Amino acid sequence: MFVLTKKIKIFSLALIILGLFGIAFGFYSAPSTIEEAKEIIANSHHGDDHASNHDYPVEAHSSLIESSKEHNSEHSEGHEMSHDEHVFHQLANRPWAAVYVAAFFFFMISLGTLAFYAIQRAAQAGWSPLLFRVMEGITGYLLPGGIIVLVILLLSALHFNHLFIWMDPEVVEHDKIIKAKSGYLNVPFFLARGVFYLAGWSLYRYFSRKFSIAQDNSSDISNHVKNFKLSAGFLAFFIVTESMMSWDWIMSIDPHWFSTLFGWYVFASMVVSAITVIAIMIIFLKSLGYLEKVNHNHLHDLAKFMFGFSVFWAYLWFSQFMLIWYANIPEEVTYFITRLEDYQIPFFGMLVMNFILPFLILINSDFKRLNWIIVTAGIIILIGHYMDVFNMIMPSAVGDQWSFGIPELGSVMFFAGLFIYIVFDSLTKAPLEATGDPLNKESEKFVY
Amino acid sequence: MANKFLHAIYDDDDKLLDAVKFLKKEGVYIEDVFTPFPVHGLDKALGLEPTRISIAGFIYGCIGFAFAIFMMNYIMIVDWPQNIGGKPSFSFIENMPAFVPIMFELTVFFSAHLMVITFYLRSRLWPFKEAENPIPETTDDKFLVQIPVSDNEKELKSKVKKTDIFKIDIVENKDE
Repeated sequence: MFVLTKKIKIFSLALIILGLFGIAFGFYSAPSTIEEAKEIIANSHHGDDHASNHDYPVEAHSSLIESSKEHNSEHSEGHEMSHDEHVFHQLANRPWAAVYVAAFFFFMISLGTLAFYAIQRAAQAGWSPLLFRVMEGITGYLLPGGIIVLVILLLSALHFNHLFIWMDPEVVEHDKIIKAKSGYLNVPFFLARGVFYLAGWSLYRYFSRKFSIAQDNSSDISNHVKNFKLSAGFLAFFIVTESMMSWDWIMSIDPHWFSTLFGWYVFASMVVSAITVIAIMIIFLKSLGYLEKVNHNHLHDLAKFMFGFSVFWAYLWFSQFMLIWYANIPEEVTYFITRLEDYQIPFFGMLVMNFILPFLILINSDFKRLNWIIVTAGIIILIGHYMDVFNMIMPSAVGDQWSFGIPELGSVMFFAGLFIYIVFDSLTKAPLEATGDPLNKESEKFVY
Repeated sequence: MANKFLHAIYDDDDKLLDAVKFLKKEGVYIEDVFTPFPVHGLDKALGLEPTRISIAGFIYGCIGFAFAIFMMNYIMIVDWPQNIGGKPSFSFIENMPAFVPIMFELTVFFSAHLMVITFYLRSRLWPFKEAENPIPETTDDKFLVQIPVSDNEKELKSKVKKTDIFKIDIVENKDE
């Protein structure tokens, strides 16, 4: 049995408290009126690099914000006024978007782990049963993390922020495109869908965990068989709901834009971060003296998955990018123009961190067995995929008013602390080895 | 060179693997093993050096990647710039996304084909080459361990008999 050490407790609580301060600072420093926003912009004009983007002609700017209500409803009053209000909304959105990015990122890790776990169960994989309890521990964060994301969505629906502009009835009124989508994109249906997804995933997690623990002391393999059937069913449910979740929770922040492989793209990000976290957790637990039966053969397989899914992510990212870049249709290409103009560092940085570096570091077979290489590559991948989520959400939420400062760092620390605490806490609730699993022996003997 | 061989024939890959491990432990020199399919873990049991084909594959991939860049630059930018879909080809970097699929394909193409050719050369295989395996059953369902015999025939036989054997043959090499 794993025992939650004091060090982990203190570390995670410290992260949570520091993170809370960061988040609070973010909300405190966000402007509450247009005048305050103007002041912030005026002050930052000098030192700040990307604030110089304000010298852009307003026309070019407004092509990116065509959906905002100011642009449509107050057209006659000129762009100057609408521009200020727009910047105000972006600045006011920043702490919310910072929290949302971090909340979604850590939730996504646990959801990806759940999917990976279900794949192992449904495939009746022989190598992984020794890792099941670690994966179950990580999915312990699924329900709390998912509830936090849903609460943020609910607060958006109650107009505490402007993350989802389609939730504003006035915007929809003046926007033909969003109006046409309102049969799907409306607040009650949106929230109901969110609850439905999370309920489905959590139910699978609950029953699978129950069967997994029941199998430990059982004389037959009936629990294993039940888990197998349940996992296969869950995967079918998951791939549909995951895709819809990515449209709802991320793509709809930019309600004019759409991409048909967005669900896969988010999934690739999700599963590679999840496998990375599993690998890092195993290395950490082994360093504490647990999981003595897990050896470098298992880590080698995880590292292969890290490598493979990094390439898979790059493939999907490029498939999405190239078609839009080549076709150059205005309504599609704005998505990448925003990112290429205002988000150069995170945009190209994430390509390097999510594809080029993992590819070069993990391509060597022997390197995949070295703990420090896996941890190094893992940290790069995790930061890279945080940047990926950042790139998905921030440009539509805060536009060129982004930066990575105290609100963002605070949010990451808060959710990292929460994640670490909940995950390690749920690890203590069951033996770290699924001894009753019929494939456990095979996993012990597994040689790459 | 020894021209007398002991052929230990097995009918299962697990039996073969156990036997090879046992014989290695007994200090028997195994010259070669013939199997109908690659047996997982056999190379480690025989103590063979790890393969270097993956390093060669990486280098071939780099060559393919570089070749693709050179080729696309020459064809589309230098030699005959074309305006495709409103994207005039006057600059490589601006048109790079369109060339990525070609770079990818040529990397895979070079890597795969040159690796196969390297493997054939290294294994001394070419078209119409006569088979080297001592008995044709090793292409069907039998596994053969070839052990050179000098004057220790009896000792070898008794050791090999301790394994889960299907058949033992003593063969004189007629070529030499």
